[in-house]
Amino acid sequence: MNKIIKYVFYDIIRNKIVLAYTLFLLLLSFGLFNLGGSPDKAILSLLNLVLLTVPLISIVFATTHFYNSYEFMELLVAQPINRKKIFMSEYLGVACSLSGAFVLGVGIPMLLFGATITGLYLVLTGVFITFIFVAMAFLASVITRDKAKGIGIALLLWFYFALIYDGIVLFILYSFSDYPLEKTTLTLTALNPIDLGRIIVLLNLDVSALMGYTGALYKSLLGNLWGIGLAFGLLLLWVILPLFSSRRIFSKRDL
Amino acid sequence: MITIENLRKSYGKLQVLKDINVSFGAGRVISIIGPNGSGKTTMSKAILGMVLPDSGDIKVNGESIVKKHAYRSQIGYMPQIGRYPENMKIRQVIDMIRDIRKDVKQADEELIGLYGLKDMYEKRMGSLSGGTKQKVSAALAFMFNPQILILDEPTAGLDPISAEILKSKILKEKKKGKLILITSHIMSEVEEVADEVMCLVDGQVKFHETIADIKLQTQESRLSRAIAKILNEED
Repeated sequence: MNKIIKYVFYDIIRNKIVLAYTLFLLLLSFGLFNLGGSPDKAILSLLNLVLLTVPLISIVFATTHFYNSYEFMELLVAQPINRKKIFMSEYLGVACSLSGAFVLGVGIPMLLFGATITGLYLVLTGVFITFIFVAMAFLASVITRDKAKGIGIALLLWFYFALIYDGIVLFILYSFSDYPLEKTTLTLTALNPIDLGRIIVLLNLDVSALMGYTGALYKSLLGNLWGIGLAFGLLLLWVILPLFSSRRIFSKRDL
Repeated sequence: MITIENLRKSYGKLQVLKDINVSFGAGRVISIIGPNGSGKTTMSKAILGMVLPDSGDIKVNGESIVKKHAYRSQIGYMPQIGRYPENMKIRQVIDMIRDIRKDVKQADEELIGLYGLKDMYEKRMGSLSGGTKQKVSAALAFMFNPQILILDEPTAGLDPISAEILKSKILKEKKKGKLILITSHIMSEVEEVADEVMCLVDGQVKFHETIADIKLQTQESRLSRAIAKILNEED
């Protein structure tokens, strides 16, 4: 399996997108940290940008990569290698190189400008979000053979989780504002990995005081180490579910 | 060496293979013929595990291959249209497969030499002509001394000299006791290299006999006429 990952890595590093992605993140982080103010402020702005761009880049890059590696996978399935291994190698190759880019691009400025535990949470969240959206991209790619359709599904997923979902949540909160909604909001958050990531980082910044009752509830539930562990556990579940279902489809499909 | 039992496969509503029962023995060259879309490629892909059968079983050396992968070390496959990562060079593709198949100590590089692939090692796969890709596919299929070779229209797209090299290689490997399955449309070629002919029509085995038997039955000296005669008689 390591051998195949090696070749996937090799292929990814040669097309310069990952390098450009790293530079983009470096530039973004350095810029925000240099803008002045406290590092906490920079982390907050960084969080918002990261939660919008990282899922988008991960899902689009992973989907196109999957379709472009079709020939490579076809070549390998005729060899004595388990299909699941081929799939997992592709996944780990893509997810690890994108996460590597993220850790370099955001982690280095973070270390230079004063690393806090919040910064660490931001980096961890970014890595999880990368793994989750690469898994979703692979799910979109194994569902259909058509590249255009696959990328369409991937973009829709991003749209849903990054933009539409928040609208739906706001709508629910607004329409049922007469009822106690604390538990519902909590559940709704768990159903979107991007929101989950946002809350993990926000709760460790002082701004959580501004979030009202729900914020207080979040703080009491997720503010301690146990809660953070639970939130990361949920993120892990978000990696495993799409990953394993796409692996299952891939190993049962005709090539 | 290969036994296929009650193999069925359909793509959606289209039934490609309908209840196939055949067995192929070692040391033989078997030619699989049949009209376009009769299921030849699907059958070879099913043996390779690239296409998963709806029902039925395929056994290689007595063991079922469903959901297995190790048996593929015994098979060399040359696809009809070889598709390779476009930005890899020939050398990288060959080195990669060799790296993956480290278990094989002695690689058979005869075809790499005969086809002069070493002179083109630095060319990208994407820039190669169809024929050169075929040469790479052939070299890879024979490289690890597999007991079974599955060649899907091997000479289509090859120039006459390269096709001749491939045919002599096939006969050479046959003498070593290997089983070789070839799908082909060129009857003169089938007559040259094959011992048996299996004919698929609409996903069913029409006949599977030795070339000598076919000629004897139809009283024809040329294989193409003999086969035409059989197919016409049944209509």
